[in-house]
This record gives sequence, structure tokens and C-alpha cells, in this order.
Amino acid sequence: MEQYEPDRLSPAQVAAMRRSFRSGRAAMTRRSLLRASAGGALTVGGLGALSACGIPAAGNTKGGVSAEDHSAKEKIVNFSNWTEYIDVDESEKHHPTLDQFKKQTGISVKYTEDINDNVEFFGKIKPQLAAGQDTGRDIIVLTDWLAARLIRLGWVQKLDASNLPHAYANLSAQFRDPDWDPGRAYSYVWQGISTVIAYNKKALDGVEVKSVSDLLDNAKLKGRVGFLSEMRDSIGMTLLDMGKDPAHFTADDYDAAIARLQKAVDKGQIRRFTGNDYTSDLTSGDFAACIAWAGDVVQLKADSPDIDFIIPDSGYMTSTDNMLIPNKARHKTNAERLIDFYYEPKPAAELAAYINYVSPVDGVKPELEKLDPDAANNPLIIPDKAMAAKSHAFRSLSSKEETAFEEKFAKLTGA
Amino acid sequence: MATLTEAPPPLTPTAPEKKPPRRRGRFTPYWLLLPGILWLLVFFALPMIYQASTSVQTGSLEEGYKVTWHLATYWDALSEYWPQFLRSILYAGAATVLCLVLGYPLAYLIAFRAGRWRNLIMILVIAPFFTSFLIRTLAWKTILADSGPVVSALNTLHVLDVTNWLGWTAGDRVLATPLAVVCGLTYNFLPFMILPLYTSLERIDGRLHEAAGDLYAKPVTTFRKVTFPLSMPGVVSGTLLTFIPAAGDYVNADLLGSTDTRMVGNVIQTQFLRILDYPTAAALSFILMAAILFMVTLYIRRSGTEDLV
Repeated sequence: MEQYEPDRLSPAQVAAMRRSFRSGRAAMTRRSLLRASAGGALTVGGLGALSACGIPAAGNTKGGVSAEDHSAKEKIVNFSNWTEYIDVDESEKHHPTLDQFKKQTGISVKYTEDINDNVEFFGKIKPQLAAGQDTGRDIIVLTDWLAARLIRLGWVQKLDASNLPHAYANLSAQFRDPDWDPGRAYSYVWQGISTVIAYNKKALDGVEVKSVSDLLDNAKLKGRVGFLSEMRDSIGMTLLDMGKDPAHFTADDYDAAIARLQKAVDKGQIRRFTGNDYTSDLTSGDFAACIAWAGDVVQLKADSPDIDFIIPDSGYMTSTDNMLIPNKARHKTNAERLIDFYYEPKPAAELAAYINYVSPVDGVKPELEKLDPDAANNPLIIPDKAMAAKSHAFRSLSSKEETAFEEKFAKLTGA
Repeated sequence: MATLTEAPPPLTPTAPEKKPPRRRGRFTPYWLLLPGILWLLVFFALPMIYQASTSVQTGSLEEGYKVTWHLATYWDALSEYWPQFLRSILYAGAATVLCLVLGYPLAYLIAFRAGRWRNLIMILVIAPFFTSFLIRTLAWKTILADSGPVVSALNTLHVLDVTNWLGWTAGDRVLATPLAVVCGLTYNFLPFMILPLYTSLERIDGRLHEAAGDLYAKPVTTFRKVTFPLSMPGVVSGTLLTFIPAAGDYVNADLLGSTDTRMVGNVIQTQFLRILDYPTAAALSFILMAAILFMVTLYIRRSGTEDLV
């Protein structure tokens, strides 16, 4: 969605437009337009051509398809990540941890911030992966449910454990065994993302918010509550509030959660379902309270004293963004070395100090204390025991379930 | 790096030879058309065929998609999402009318009264295009914030009571209501209305106004009988350039709207990216295209103007 940017006209283009409007003979006439549209219809009429198309089945190649590994010859690794998801120095040109990686291993990282949205990025790489081609990327970072889908489709490569000693030793217990990738055969966590309730003190004006139920039922918040357009976060938080475990729920539980949210939508309690843009609604006070991502809240809190968050007693959702090596990647070993690098406590601490998400690395705390004691004691960055106990993950879905659930959720959000 | 070198040798006038008409030039128009046609073929016709094929396929990501001529997709899509279709046409129509109401006087002013300010005003009309569509739309969220000056003023003047009664807004807010979406559409597409209106008004010979005056026409009559009919090509192309993209837009509904303002563009986006129901997404796109084509054809037939611009 973030990439919509149509029709910017330069002055030269406008001038050209004006010229073409003015010319007498070439001016478009009604008849020519009608004729043109009829012609267009005829083109579409070439129906015979249609049957020739079709999308082949995703080649289900368990274990992934490797290409020849060029790691030894080409000392590079192509790393695609989300925007603003890594440390940068003051000049905003260098990423200190990546520079350090190069110093340590001699491998230079071509770092590209070309992921803005899971579903959009999937649409972008799907044609190449489905056709069994190289995407030009050695590491991609995807949220767990999409990572699960790629593993299911056989579009990513199995990792070589012998290249990942730190990663194997230091991955936090919380992230070790997701049901979609048991034992982390294909993926390692880049960062964890906690989903909590954020609020704007000024906009709340004394109203107390402690749970998702408060968001959905308190009439004083009517039209000033936000939920996320990310299905697993909104439904997960609602399931928890209803006393269900998002890791083991049934289709009926899901429908009940949808119905609960639908009721709130119908009475105008929920203002909008948003993507990342909820941050502006929250700071302006248009949202008094909303479901939010903790990493953003840490940032917003630093900028505005009115913003704060709570963890509901019923618990909160934690999802992960995961590093994966797509099929046919040219530098698999280099990629694995980079993954492993970020599981050394020092680079992990530098990263955590900069980006405010949940660090998946055990042993990062002492290192982080040296860099930024506040961050080290922030349970949103390094969860303490009490916090970790309340963390829940959304169970993986079969492709049928995923379609059905997304469809129901889309209806809830209006389309 | 434009350095002037020798002037080209002067053309020596030679006696005109009587040659048969050169046949080589006969194909020139086709050569000139070639890049455009290739462009259309690769970036319009082929995707359309691909899209049409997708709309009659069935399958899933795992099993692949095959053409099964499952035309019921079209019917299912329409019966499921007709409210969003209707809404798109309604919102786009409202935005187009608003654009015309706002744009016509401005285009008139630029064309006839702006004098030396003309270029400056034209630049101001185009200026918003220098920032991205998305940023411009997000700016509206700040402008129309619930506690912002605009909404407070509208509340004090009881304008929102009227719009609430009309069902355009809900509660004491503008954002996340149909009104906000229509305003966003109007704002984003206004220059597409003003530019063709301006070019078509600017072409009108000022002496026609004098002539109308000489024939004792009042200014209103002059406008009704002379100016407006002559500006019809601009009105038609302006409304088309506004309505067509507005009907397919999804950004405004996404950022400024709520669950009950989702347009068909949002449905297509969700079907394509989230639910991965490519056939339904393709069918919805085709239905939208057909609906717009039908309405535009009807409109152009009725508008009674031969020139479009």
C-alpha cells in the first residue's frame, strides 16, 4: 500500500498536455474515443488466447532448491530487509554492525530496504520463486506467518547448522520451536514484535483501559479505538481476552472472536483497522487507545509523554520477523554466516540498542547494559520472566484455513 | 555541451525535378506508431489477456491455477461486493461534481482574469504533484484531526450536525467518515479537472464575449449561451479524468475512511494480496472496467460534444 504514487506531472509534461489539448486536428473526438473503446473490447475478445495462460502449481520441493554456492568466490551477500530495521550511524549512510561483519569475515553486505509490507513483498517475489528462479536476494526477512507459507511452499532453503553455532546456542527459548518450523530448520529470528495496547493519556481523559474488553465495550471510547489490519494481531489479542489460547484455537473460537469484533464495529466503537499509520492517529489523539506494536510505542513514548502502553492481564501476542534464504540464492554460506553474526551478543546488543524490538538473543542483556542501560531494563526489548510468561504466539494455519480466516477478517474490516 | 561548429553547407537551389511521389514515406506513420503500439501491447493488451485468463481460472497457490471457464466467479464477486461497487461510483461521482464546482471558477479565473498572475496560479494548481500522493493524503489526517481547528470550527458552526443528519459523518468527527473520503478524492484529483477546463476555456476567443455583450446579453446569459457550451470539451475530459481514477482509488478510503467506506479498489487489493483469491480479484477488476466503460460511453453520447479536449 505504501507504494502508491501515481501520476506526478512535471511542468514539462503539463506543457505537453496543454499542447496536445490545443491542437485542432489531432484533438480527440467523441467518435474516436468510442471507436477506441470498441477496439479495446475487441482486443479483449481474443478469448482463445486465454486458455493458454495458467499458473503452474508451486513446485513443492521440501528442503528447497539450492543453486551452486558462489560464496567462496564472491565475497558478498544480498540482504533484503524492512525499512528502518537496522542500526545506522550519524551520517545515516553506514550500518555499523554490517561494517563490523565485513571486517570480521571479509564479506560485504549489499543491504536493501525493499520490504514495506508482507503481502506486497510476497506478490513481488512470488513469480520468480514459483518459476524456480533466483530472486537476487540471499536473505529476506518475513513475518512468521509468511515465512511459514514460504516453507510450506518449499521456496526457501534448509539451513546448514554447522554454519550457525552462535545462532543455535543463543536463540531464546521463547522462539526455539515454532510449530511452523520446528527446531528452526529454515529460519532464524531477526527481531520479535510484541503486540500490546497503546493509549494517549490526554485523549483518554481519565478513562481507564486495562484490557481488550475495555477497548471494545467502554462507551466513552466510542469511535476512538483502533485495531490493526494484521489479522493475527487483532484476532490474537481478542482471543486472549476471551480466554482462548491463540496457539490452540478452533475455527469456532475464531468465529466467536470475529463476532465479538463485529459487534464493536457495528456500534461504531472501532474507528479504523490500520497498518503502520496508526501511529499518527494515536499521537493526534484521534485514537484514544489502540492495538499497537511495542517497537513503535517505545519510539512514540520517547517523542511524546502522552503515549504509553499496557500489557493486558490476559496476555499479549508476540510475532517474529525471520531471516530466510530463498531458493536459488547464490551466496548461501555467506548468508548463514551473516545470520550467525547477529546471534553474537555484541552485534545483537548494538542492533537492539538502536531498533527497540524484542531481541531474540540470549546473553544480550550484559552487552546492552554497557551501551544503553535503559533499553536493557525495558521489558519490551528484553522481556523479563513475568513478561515472557504472558507472551503468546498465533498458531500456524493450513492454506485452506488461512484463506477462510483472512476472508472473514476482510469482511469484518469492510472488504 | 552545445558548441557551434561549422554551419551546414548552404542548400543550393536546384531545379525542381519531376519525381514520381516517393513511395518510401508511405509507411512513415506506421513507424511512428510502432513504439506506442508496442507499449500498449506489452503493458496493456498482454496484461489484460493475462488478467482475463486469471478471472476464469480456479485453483490454489499449492495446486496451481487452471483455466476452467468458471464464469460464476463474476457473479459471485458482484453479488458479494455490490455495495462496495455502488459506493465507489457514488464517491467518485460526488468527488467529480465537487471538483467541477471548485475547478470551474478557478479555471475561468485563470483563463480570463488572472492577467500576469496566470502562470503563478497554474504552478500553484500543479504544485501538490511535487509531493507524493500518499503524503498528501496523510496530511489530510493532520488537517482533519478530531481536536484540530477545522473540526472544531465545523462543530461550532453546527455544520457537522447537518452532515451527521445526511449520513456523511458520524459523531463529532470528519475523519473515518464518507465525507473525509470524498474530500480526499476531490483534493487529489482536482488538478485533473482544472487543467483540461483551463485549456478549453483559454481557447475561447474573447471577442465572442464582446459580441454577446453587443447583442445585449447579460453576463449570465453570455456565460450560459457562449462560454459554457464552448467549454464543454474541457468539462467532459475533466470529469472523465477525475471520475475514472477516483472510482478505482483505494488509498483515500484506506487512510481517511473506516470499515463502512471501503471502495472496490480496497476489495481488489485485499482479494489479491491478502486472501490470494486471484480469480476474484481479476473478475472484480474487469467488472469495474466494464462498468466504467459503460458509464463513460453513455456520458459521452449524452454530453453532446464532439471534441473531447
